[in-house]
Amino acid sequence: MTTMDSTAPGAFGDLSEADRIAGRVYTDPEIFDEEMKRIFYKTWVWVAHESEIPEAGSFKTTHVGAEPVIVTRDRKDNFNTLVNRCRHRGATVCDQRSGKANGFTCPYHNWSYALDGRLRGVPYPDGYEGVLDKKDFPLHTLRTESYLGMIFATFNQDIEPLEDFLGDAKIWMERFLKQSNGFPTKVIGIHKFRFRGNWKIQLENTTDGYHFPMVHKSWMASVDAETADMMSFMDDPKSVTHALGNGHSVAIMAHSHVDLDIDDGTEEIQPRFAHLVEELEAAGESPERIRRYMRSMHGCGFNLNMFPNAAMSSSFFRILVPISVDQTEVWHMAIGMDGGPESVNRERLRIHEHFQGPFGFGSPDDAEGWDRVQLGAAGQPDMPIMVNRGLGREHLSDEGWPTSHVTDETGMRESYKMWKKMMSDD
Amino acid sequence: MTDLSFTDPRVLRAIELIWREAALLDAKDYRTWEAMYADDAKYVIPIDPDTDDFDASLNMVNDDKRMRGLRVQRMMQGYSQSAVAAARTVRIVSRFTVDEASDASVTIRSAQILNAFKRQTFTTIGAEMVHVVRFGETTADDQIALKVVRLVDSEDAVSASGYLL
Ligand code: FES
Ligand SMILES: [Fe+2]
Repeated sequence: MTTMDSTAPGAFGDLSEADRIAGRVYTDPEIFDEEMKRIFYKTWVWVAHESEIPEAGSFKTTHVGAEPVIVTRDRKDNFNTLVNRCRHRGATVCDQRSGKANGFTCPYHNWSYALDGRLRGVPYPDGYEGVLDKKDFPLHTLRTESYLGMIFATFNQDIEPLEDFLGDAKIWMERFLKQSNGFPTKVIGIHKFRFRGNWKIQLENTTDGYHFPMVHKSWMASVDAETADMMSFMDDPKSVTHALGNGHSVAIMAHSHVDLDIDDGTEEIQPRFAHLVEELEAAGESPERIRRYMRSMHGCGFNLNMFPNAAMSSSFFRILVPISVDQTEVWHMAIGMDGGPESVNRERLRIHEHFQGPFGFGSPDDAEGWDRVQLGAAGQPDMPIMVNRGLGREHLSDEGWPTSHVTDETGMRESYKMWKKMMSDD
Repeated sequence: MTDLSFTDPRVLRAIELIWREAALLDAKDYRTWEAMYADDAKYVIPIDPDTDDFDASLNMVNDDKRMRGLRVQRMMQGYSQSAVAAARTVRIVSRFTVDEASDASVTIRSAQILNAFKRQTFTTIGAEMVHVVRFGETTADDQIALKVVRLVDSEDAVSASGYLL
């Protein structure tokens, strides 16, 4: 491991090798600043799901890197991502988490902006005669594209189209969304929590099958045998992780759920859903539909990591928001069907609550591990973090994806390959 | 809302129970805590500050008897690293107001400030609470029939470390 000299070309990239990275990439604030510049301001960053801004005038606020942004749906049904900073003196023009509006009026001197960021009006305009042309002062706008309802934005106007960037992740996005059983997917609730650690610790976790049986013992002990069985991927050779390119990867935990359209009929519907089955029968749903709903309840059986900040994780979206070198916010977004049986959505909420969130049976135990990584990484900062598990058994799948067992670190190696590439770019 | 009356013994009895609950949670005596709840009781920490229809929305906690039992088991059995390394807490419950008082039960609101300490860090959590306390034959038989904890920051990033509210 070389010592970093930040003036040397490619110096940051040297902190990562194929199977290990310097511990200081979690702890050095200078590296964090560079990551914001070279990664979060350069590539596609997930900002919203379309269901969060369902109609013309809907908006939500969030961040791209450290910058506050507003994601809007305008009258033409276009999505816009606007830097939340008034062009006059810099106040935020919106401070609500989400809502509906005709536009945004800055509370300071009342400059007002349209949903697509255009400056519509300034009060007492006579003082601006000859010095301000409104068309030159829109809110700063990011390039915004969406694929299958997932909206991404970027400060980089020259970047490749979103779909090219997603590449082979797209197949998995499609499979993931099959859990909505043909209905549009909708966000039905969000757990947000912070941990005191670097964002890459969470990035690694999404395709880390290795920690599951150890960290989530207490959750395993609290679910029924069938659910526990579904997660018994440790010794299952069919449970694999694929590196998909561009930093994306997928870890398959329950391969019988990878494509919910395929059902070999062997899976038993858990007895604890009996009340739901009855309810759906009474509502006149066919046995096939009911079986499909029940199987979809636990999600898609895999975790898809989309570099750098979004994941489709089993049955929910997992978003990470880097706050500082040693603080990260995590959002676990519960998803349901828009138009499907509400009873199934409710059951999905209960399953989500059981694992996720600050008082869930799973997330706090993950966060405990992540806090400790941050604390421990301060010891011998140049001693490497190891991501070499399964190197010896990694092979190319038929699709050409580097592949190894789900407990191996193929997904992390893919993330760090992309990290290295972006951090070395000039 | 009726005025808080310290001359109403039913109200005092409910406050006493709520304070006992706070002490048990700080002491992490979860088995005794669990026994304070009626079989049909709900223990809820909602995210949506306005909803009362907890089942229709996502919550941090939405426990019936079964889930409370599992939760207590998780806190006690030693498999959960976050519970094993839980923060120490000191909570203050005060500012009581009474919504309803009868000989059968009292619905009482309060404010809670919880200080948690873990790994050189203090965290303060502020919450509004509602308790429905159902009276038994003696004070020892009094039970909690509903507890709703509304965190002031429920819609933002909440960090918990291994304790209950
Ligand atoms: S800062 Fe926004 S109008 Fe002046
Ligand atoms: Fe985990």
